[in-house]
Amino acid sequence: MNTIKYSNRLIKFLCNRSDFHGLCRKTAHLFHEEQVHWRKKSFSLSRHFRTTSQRLDLNDKPKVERPRAQTTIDEEEIKRFSALAQLWWDEEGEFTALHTMNELRVPLIVNALIEQKQKTGAESHQFKAHSQLEGFKILDVGSGGGILSEPLARLGAFVIGIDASEENIKIAQAHVIRNEEVACNIKYICATVEDLIESEERSFDCVIASEVVEHVLDAPMFIKACCKLVKPGGSMFLTTINRTNLSYLLGVVAAERLLRIVEPGTHNWNKFISPQDLQYLLDHNGFSTRLVHGMMYNPVTKRWSWTENTSINYALHAVCTDQALHVDGQT
Amino acid sequence: MAGVKAFFNVTNKYFHLSTHTKSSNIIYRYISSTSSVPRDVDIVISGGGMVGAAMACALAHNEIFEKKKIILLEAAPERGKYILPENYTNRTCALSPATVRLLESFGAWDEIKEMRYQPVKRMQVWDACSDALITFNNEDLNDDLAYIVENDVILAAIMNRLNAAGDNVEIHYSTSATSYKFPGEIDDEGNKESWLTVNVSNGQSLRTDLLIGADGFRSSVREKSNFHTMNFDYKQMAVVATLHLSESVENTVAWQRFLKTGPIALLPLSANLSSLVWSTTPENARNLLIIPEDSFVDAVNDAFWNDNDKDPLTGRILESFSSILQNLLPVGAVSKQLPPTVIGVEEKSRAAFPLSLTHSSNYVKPRIALIGDAAHRIHPLAGQGVNLGFGDVSCLNEILTKAVGLGSDPGSLKHLLEYETKRQRHVIPVMATIDGLQRLYTTNFSPLVLLRSLGLHTTNSLHFIKNRIIRQASV
Ligand SMILES: Cc1cc2nc3c(=O)[nH]c(=O)nc-3n(C[C@H](O)[C@H](O)[C@H](O)COP(=O)(O)OP(=O)(O)OC[C@H]3O[C@@H](n4cnc5c(N)ncnc54)[C@H](O)[C@@H]3O)c2cc1C
Ligand SMILES: C[S@@+](CC[C@H](N)C(=O)[O-])C[C@H]1O[C@@H](n2cnc3c(N)ncnc32)[C@H](O)[C@@H]1O
Repeated sequence: MNTIKYSNRLIKFLCNRSDFHGLCRKTAHLFHEEQVHWRKKSFSLSRHFRTTSQRLDLNDKPKVERPRAQTTIDEEEIKRFSALAQLWWDEEGEFTALHTMNELRVPLIVNALIEQKQKTGAESHQFKAHSQLEGFKILDVGSGGGILSEPLARLGAFVIGIDASEENIKIAQAHVIRNEEVACNIKYICATVEDLIESEERSFDCVIASEVVEHVLDAPMFIKACCKLVKPGGSMFLTTINRTNLSYLLGVVAAERLLRIVEPGTHNWNKFISPQDLQYLLDHNGFSTRLVHGMMYNPVTKRWSWTENTSINYALHAVCTDQALHVDGQT
Repeated sequence: MAGVKAFFNVTNKYFHLSTHTKSSNIIYRYISSTSSVPRDVDIVISGGGMVGAAMACALAHNEIFEKKKIILLEAAPERGKYILPENYTNRTCALSPATVRLLESFGAWDEIKEMRYQPVKRMQVWDACSDALITFNNEDLNDDLAYIVENDVILAAIMNRLNAAGDNVEIHYSTSATSYKFPGEIDDEGNKESWLTVNVSNGQSLRTDLLIGADGFRSSVREKSNFHTMNFDYKQMAVVATLHLSESVENTVAWQRFLKTGPIALLPLSANLSSLVWSTTPENARNLLIIPEDSFVDAVNDAFWNDNDKDPLTGRILESFSSILQNLLPVGAVSKQLPPTVIGVEEKSRAAFPLSLTHSSNYVKPRIALIGDAAHRIHPLAGQGVNLGFGDVSCLNEILTKAVGLGSDPGSLKHLLEYETKRQRHVIPVMATIDGLQRLYTTNFSPLVLLRSLGLHTTNSLHFIKNRIIRQASV
């Protein structure tokens, strides 16, 4: 019974997406008034903001919640990534470091998830090297061009990639389409984590936000929303930049201005977050942190390696221990 | 559970709706710009010689590629079932223990053992111009240094194992790649290509994640994709032949003597047969092919036995030769043995091949990897040619396995570069020394050519720093 309700809600949610893709375009004018209304309320709404709020209007949620649900998007950030959208799949280009980071984060995720599955009594599970992640449902938050989503899908996982930038979603979709087998395993949706909560609460084996936290407006709210989407016993993986003097020096001054590994303006040090703060946030959302590991980038070889030192880049793995939330249903 | 199922169904539906409006124009564009709809495959291997076939076989027997679609293109027609001829063929290779390990990994070595091969337990290299001598063997003479196998036997063994593997590899005979569309090329509509398309002689086009060029030393993959290539013609020919020996001996020694005109080698094939590889001037080679059989036999014996070339310079040459081989082989006791006497040459087994050095400054580009002679062709004086090619196969197989294990795109340059670095670290020193050695004999001694190729390679790896300097200067 519960599942019927659940999937009904999902259908509704997904229909809303189709509106975005022109299927229900005729209904769009209905929301025009809404937009004007919001603008009057002196929200500086950019195009992305409007499209998302437009779609959200189809949900019969209380309207006052809308602006709050959007607060993790930093418009400036999204614009910056959108402008670079064409470069996502140029391995030698702007996003090289994300491409090579896969060598660390993919094994980290794969190993942890397999262990997770074996612990939950699926010891008979046969892992084929080429489809190790079969049966896992993964959410990649801030999926960008799909640099991380694609490998996970190639390994057999069912991946939903969400990103606040419509351009990124388009690039990601266009890139995956050729490979039918991988394309079947990936759905890209232009949305925020908050958008998913209603229909997808506690439904993912794993939620990933890799190199995203440092770009969001309200990290506590963002983390909270991510946490709500993970199944009890499921995993959360975060990679981000620490908030230290060294990270300012290397992450902002060196990486952006001197070496230009990333586009200037990519990072705002004030948004960086320390592993301790992240753990604290996760704790409060019913997650226990299993691992925090430093990652070091060598700009000459363009490769990453693990390190004890978490003062710049680091990865974090936490597991959802909160059973209560699940039993109660929604909170 | 049902909820999850419903989710999958619905999302699929959603996905189709959205791709219809957004991406169908991409597909449409593609169809309209090519004559035929390209077929999507994961890996295309162009060239089914010993190296290309071994690559296909390694992938076919690799579990992680079970679900990948791999196509092997070979210009020559299908040979049908191989029946071992009674007479030995004149093209042979000395396979190293590392090559044997690769062949064992997919069962081809067992096939070779069932056909025929001859182990080499000892190797003696000496000089015509001095008394210098060096021998190689494992201490107790039990471990083999190398194995002499006919090229046809090696290829047949690999093809048998390839045909016995799963259906993830398709072999297209009498088919060659005619043209290519490389990633990054801009099409008529101004779109950048992400994949590589191979147009094939049968009219098909194959769109692939990775093209492996195994199409020999005149590689069209290498030429069409503009790899910088260093070429040097040794102005030498290698004369090959199958020779009869005077007495049935154990015949497990490989003999090589450095003459002023180039090295001559005698490789054991069976108790009373050996294979000849004689590098010499083109004039001499032409002459050796047309003289009567008994004069040819005399010429070979004379080359191994005569004593009228003594010259102090060449002592040095042998020294440097032994220093390379010492890294590869265990050095044995210095006791000169005498090579067997040749009494005859197998009818019609004489042939000659031009010798050249070809080296591609890079082995990879986005979605392209070169293996075997397509990447490097060396002088056969150390019998390393095909072994380097098989080394490429092992290394590329290893790196692709890692890439696929990471869920990565197998054509991604970041993995391919690792292959290039590893292989060049191995191939270049072997090549440089063999070439340097060869050059000491040739009149137009020109180390510049080699320096150029090596120098270029180093500047390429400094590419990153160069870029950074340029970018910083323009801020
Ligand atoms: C005289 C001589 C003696 C040698 N002795 C030794 C030795 O003792 N030990 C040793 O290790 N090595 C030796 N070598 C070297 C060795 O023979 C080569 O390294 C080896 O054959 C290279 O194999 P390959 O598969 O890379 O290339 P090849 O054998 O040249 O195979 C290339 C294949 O690609 C196919 N092809 C070409 N173009 C296309 C296209 N466009 N589309 C489709 N297919 C295509 C061809 O039909 C061919 O089958 C010797 C070489 C010579 C000349
Ligand atoms: C540095 S990229 C990382 C991309 C991807 N995770 C990877 O590692 O390859 C950050 C991405 O997060 C997206 N993003 C930023 N804030 C977001 C938010 N609040 N919700 C969803 N996506 C967001 C940006 O559009 C951008 O694509």
